[in-house]
Amino acid sequence: MAEKESIVEVKDLTVGYDGNVVLKDVTFDVRRGEVFVILGGSGCGKSTLLKHMIGLYPPMSGAVKIEGRDLVSAEGDERQKILTRIGVSYQSGALFGSMTISQNVRLPLEEYTDLPEDALELIAWMKLRLVGLEESAGSLPSALSGGMQKRAAIARAMALDPVVVFLDEPSAGLDPVTSAELDALILRLNEDAGTTFVIVTHELPSIYAIADRVIMLDQKKQGIIAEGAPEELRDHSEEPFVRQFFHREAEAKA
Amino acid sequence: MSSDAEPAEIAVERSDDGSRIVLKGRLDAAGAGAVWDRALSTADKGATVDASGVTYCDSSGAALLYQLEKERGAKIEGMPAEAGELLKPYADATFPKLGGPAEKRESAPVAMGRLAVAMAIDVREQLVFTGQASVALLAGLLNPRRVRWGDMWRTVETAGVNAIVIVGMIGFLTGMIMAFQSTVPLQQFGVDIFVVNLVALAMLRELGGIMTAIVLAGRSGSAFAAEIGTMKVNEEVDALTTMGLDPVRFLVVPKLMAAILVTPLLTIYSNVIGIMGGLMVVRIFGHPWAAIYNQLTGAVDLSDIATGLIKSFFFGALVGGIGCLRGLQTKSGASAVGDSTTRAVVSGIFLIISVDAIFAVVFWAIGF
Repeated sequence: MAEKESIVEVKDLTVGYDGNVVLKDVTFDVRRGEVFVILGGSGCGKSTLLKHMIGLYPPMSGAVKIEGRDLVSAEGDERQKILTRIGVSYQSGALFGSMTISQNVRLPLEEYTDLPEDALELIAWMKLRLVGLEESAGSLPSALSGGMQKRAAIARAMALDPVVVFLDEPSAGLDPVTSAELDALILRLNEDAGTTFVIVTHELPSIYAIADRVIMLDQKKQGIIAEGAPEELRDHSEEPFVRQFFHREAEAKA
Repeated sequence: MSSDAEPAEIAVERSDDGSRIVLKGRLDAAGAGAVWDRALSTADKGATVDASGVTYCDSSGAALLYQLEKERGAKIEGMPAEAGELLKPYADATFPKLGGPAEKRESAPVAMGRLAVAMAIDVREQLVFTGQASVALLAGLLNPRRVRWGDMWRTVETAGVNAIVIVGMIGFLTGMIMAFQSTVPLQQFGVDIFVVNLVALAMLRELGGIMTAIVLAGRSGSAFAAEIGTMKVNEEVDALTTMGLDPVRFLVVPKLMAAILVTPLLTIYSNVIGIMGGLMVVRIFGHPWAAIYNQLTGAVDLSDIATGLIKSFFFGALVGGIGCLRGLQTKSGASAVGDSTTRAVVSGIFLIISVDAIFAVVFWAIGF
């Protein structure tokens, strides 16, 4: 992957809860158009890192820049402006249960734009068609399967044409087939719409299928222990845990 | 998203071979929104759209161009490259005309019928639940080792002990208010000492029990519904069922026992405090304690105390039972638990008043 401009820059980020440091001085960047995966064993702080990157929690120190603007220090309108440039899909989908799928996708459009009613309806339909859910536009989230809810959540995350979409464990709780379909969707959105993705996952098949670059976090070192393309890390990493993580599965697969 | 640079512009030129719509500038959400209505109202079949001056185009702009091309049959010239990319997935798709929101309005008779059926089903569920809870309660009493006493005492504390202050305050104020309001008219006839009878009988026979039960319905009935409802939403109730454990025995019996135990105790307490409040007012209006005491002992007999207490057992069972039932009836979704707690309080208060009315008739008929 050629050097492209950074969309998300994480600088010396230290995060944790209640005074306990989980990750210390983490620095990396996500470049335009790539699928960037955050990896690591359970409890290493992957989701914590993601939640700090999207501004849900304030970090202990450091900066998170989206398109060059610091989300950590931004307040008010400035912060809201940055937040409209990112899309987030949560582990459970987090669709609003009282709204139809189409209303879920329309919500950010209604709140942030002055588009007329038929435009909102059309854009919602277009976004849902991107994820293959245009037939379910009028259904409530509870009527959809887990995989469909995840796809609807991605459609909602993409409603405002964000520059980067964050996905927290998109394949958690999905069967391998649905999970593979979701991977294909992410790749298609990445290639067609040029959307940048930051994904937290530990599903090896997904990582090989979609990741351009990965970083691997470690609980003991409280930081990044490896960074690069997944195949590169599998074959050439110095870190025993990284090799173990990639290799065991890789051998089992072969 | 920002439209600081070159806001979208629209110009319409009409000629013999159809109108020509020229779009320029940024077709983002703000830009597309600004020109949307004008563009679509002027576009007709044979119109040409010149988009070569568009400098930026996101989904909103692409949606506008899609609408112009597909729906209005306009010809797009100079389609921006990014719009072409964005519209690729829709090449062979047609936007379904959504005929307004999906909800259909029901006619009044249909809605009433539906409501009646729902109410009948609810009554049946209440009856079934009453049966189940009674059996489980009886089984618990016959075999005390199967009752979760820890849960019960915890509930006694939250529903009973923690309610002492609020029940006392409401009882005290009720007694005082009654005494105040009745002293003035009775003074005109010089019989204001009978305020003692009024307050004591009203508190003992009716108000002490009812006020306590209503406070419990609001405090504890709703809490039962919320607790069990959340467990239902989190599939914890299902987990109990698949472990072979009866949710009624496990969740309902301890709460029901606690409610049946604390309601009469709180009622006695509320009665005492309420009568004290009323008597204080009588004292303030100038009657000596001795006269008040004599009036009180003459006015009240055991049956007055008993009627209130008997009812309070039923009130306790109602508040506890309906709270647990509404919890178990919780459906899925974010608002489900809220609905259940509301229903617990509303049905609880309604049932308390209804049962009280029935008791009034029954006690009158048997001369109690």
